[in-house]
Amino acid sequence: MNKMLLALACGVVFPGAFAKDTITIALAGPTTGPVTQYGTMQNTGAQMAIEWLNKQGGMNGRKIVAKIFDDACEPKQAVSVANQIVNDKIRFVVGHLCSSSTLPAAEIYDEEGIVMVTPAATNPALTQKGYATIFRTIGTDAQSAPTSARYIADVLKPKHIALLHDKQQYGQGLAEGVKKVLAEKGVAVDILEGVNRGQTDFSALITKLKKDAVDFVYWGGYHPELGLIIRQGADQGFKPQYMGADGIDNPDLFAIAGEAADGILATVPKNFADDPKNAELIEAFKTAGKDPSGPFVLPGYAAVQVMVDAANKVKSDDPALVAAEMHKATFATPIGAISYQENGDMNHFKSVIYTLRADGSRELKSE
Amino acid sequence: MYDLPQQLVNGFALGSVYALIAIGYTMVYGIIGLINFAHGEIYMIGAYSGIVALVALPSLGFGFFPLMLLLALVIAVVLTGGYGYALEKVAYKPLRGSPRLVPLISAIGMSIFLQNYVANGQSNKNLALQPIISDRWEWFGDTPFHLTISVLQAIIFAITVLSMLSLELFIAKSKMGRACRACAEDLGMAKLLGIDVDKVISLTFVIGAALAAVAGVLVALYYGVVTPYMGFLAGMKAFTAAVLGGIGSIPGAMLGGLLLGLAESFTAAYLSSEYQDVVAFSLLILVLLFRPTGLLGKPEIEKV
Repeated sequence: MNKMLLALACGVVFPGAFAKDTITIALAGPTTGPVTQYGTMQNTGAQMAIEWLNKQGGMNGRKIVAKIFDDACEPKQAVSVANQIVNDKIRFVVGHLCSSSTLPAAEIYDEEGIVMVTPAATNPALTQKGYATIFRTIGTDAQSAPTSARYIADVLKPKHIALLHDKQQYGQGLAEGVKKVLAEKGVAVDILEGVNRGQTDFSALITKLKKDAVDFVYWGGYHPELGLIIRQGADQGFKPQYMGADGIDNPDLFAIAGEAADGILATVPKNFADDPKNAELIEAFKTAGKDPSGPFVLPGYAAVQVMVDAANKVKSDDPALVAAEMHKATFATPIGAISYQENGDMNHFKSVIYTLRADGSRELKSE
Repeated sequence: MYDLPQQLVNGFALGSVYALIAIGYTMVYGIIGLINFAHGEIYMIGAYSGIVALVALPSLGFGFFPLMLLLALVIAVVLTGGYGYALEKVAYKPLRGSPRLVPLISAIGMSIFLQNYVANGQSNKNLALQPIISDRWEWFGDTPFHLTISVLQAIIFAITVLSMLSLELFIAKSKMGRACRACAEDLGMAKLLGIDVDKVISLTFVIGAALAAVAGVLVALYYGVVTPYMGFLAGMKAFTAAVLGGIGSIPGAMLGGLLLGLAESFTAAYLSSEYQDVVAFSLLILVLLFRPTGLLGKPEIEKV
C-alpha cells in the first residue's frame, strides 16, 4: 500500500519525466577558470550545429536541446559533471575539453554506455583503452607532436632546444611526444622541464635557458603560462623562436605577452573556417555574432553532427546503436569527411603549422 | 654558477612580493592569534583594483608613468584597505572570544566568497595588461656573468623597501604603533590600560590589506595577468614565508619572504622548476618540525 502511494506520488511530482519530445545533448567543458575561452569555442560550435540540425528535423524528429556543464578543466570537477550527466539520464555528450578532465570522465561514460565525442582532447591515452562509445573530432598528440618535431628538425634546425610543459596530461604528452620524434631524427634536446600550472614567476627558469644559449622553446600546455614565459623572457632580453600546439591558439596569448609573442609557431588543425565549402556556415556564425575561427569551433560542430546523423540513420537514440553506426559510416562535416577507426580516433586528421601575428593574422608555414 | 647574481635578482623580486603579503598574516596573528586565510583574496582584490586602475588611468589623461603608478597604488591601497576593514568587521569581530577554530572556518568561508564575488563581477577569465615599460639595465653583455635588471624589478625593490621602512617607523615611533605593540604583548592588559583595542585590530587589518594591495599592484604591473583564483597559491606561499620567519614577527615576515623567493629561484635554476613548490612547502614542514617559532619568532609564553 505504501509503495503504491509512493509510486503515485512520484507520478504526480515528475510527470514531465515521461513525456519527452526533446532530446538533450550535454556540452561539457570549462566555462570558468583560466582556459574558459576554449570551452566557449567548443560550445559555440556545438550550439550552432544544434540550431542547424533542429531546422532539418532534429534527432529522429525530436528537438535537440543543449545543456552546458562546467568542469573548469579540473579532473575532479569533470568526474562530478560526468556523474551528474549520468543522473540526468543524458546519453550524448560533446566534450570534455582538457585531456586531463576528459580521461576520468570518459571512464564513467564508458561504464554507462553514454556516447561521448570530444572536439578538443588530444591525449592519445583516451582512445587506447578499448572504449566502444568514445570518439574524437580532433587529431591526437600522436599526430600533432611529430608534425612539430619534423618541422623543428628539418626546417628550423635550432642549435639548442628546450621543451617545456605544464605537467598536465595534454602538455606533458605533447612535449614528450616531440622529444621522442626528435630523438629518432638524432636531434638532441637540451632541456625538458615541467613547470607548475598556475605558476606566475618564470624568471629563474628563463635565466637558466639563457645560460644554456637556448634558441628554440617548444611549449606543451595552454596559453596563460606560455604568455608569462614569453613576457618575462622579453624582460630579460631572451628572444628564442617559440612554438606551441592548439592549447595556445588564442588571442589572449597576445593580450598577456604583447608584441613579444609575435611570430610564434602553432601546430593546430587546419583552419576549417577558410574552406570555401563552409562559407554558408561561417556566414551564419557571423550573423549570430559568433567567432567561427578558434581551433575547436568547427570540431565542436562536427561532434554534434556525427552523433545526430548516426542516430537518424539507425532511427534510434539508443547510444549503443548510434556508436555502432558511428564506427561504420562516413560523415560529411565542416571539418571534412569523418570515418572512425576501431578505437574512436578519426581515420584522417591533419595538423598544420601557422605563424601567429600580434595583429591576429596568421600565415600557413607547412601543410 | 655564473648566473648566481641574476638568480639572486630573480629571487629577491619574487621574495619581495611574498614578504609584502606575509606581513598581513603576521601582524594579524601577532595581535589576535588568528590566521586570516582570506588574506590571499585581499591581495587578489588589490591586484584587480591595480590592473583596472592601470588600464583606466591613461585614458583619463594620466599617461605619465610615475604619476600613473602612484595613483594606481593609492587607488588600490584605499579600496583594498576598505575590504580589509570590512572583512574584519563582518567575519571576525562577531566571533571574537570564541574558540580558535571558529574564526578560522569563517576565514575560509570569506576566502571562497571573495573568490566567487570577483569571478562573478569581473568574469572568471584572466585579465591581462600589456607591458607598460619593458626597459632594463644590462651589465657584462656577452659574458657568462651577464646580468639584467628590468626597470619593473627595480620598482618592486624600491617600493617594497619603502613600504617596509615606513611600516617599521610607524610601529616604532607613532602613538598608534605603540598601541599595536602593546596589544601584541597582551591584548587584555592593553584594554585595561585604556587602549581602544577594536581600533587597533581594525588598523592591523587595514595595514595588512594595504601592503597586500601594494604587492597586488606590483604583480599586476610585472606579470600582467590577474585571475580571481590567484590569491590561493600566493596566500599559501606568503603564509609559509610568515611561518618561516616566525609568525607574529614583522622583520621575520620580511626575512621569510625573501628567503622563500630565493629558495624557489634557486630550485628552478639549479634543480628543476618541477620541484619549486615541493621545496617551498618542504621548508615549511622543516621549520615547523625543528624550529616551530620560526627564524625570528619568540616562543609563546604561557600567561598564568
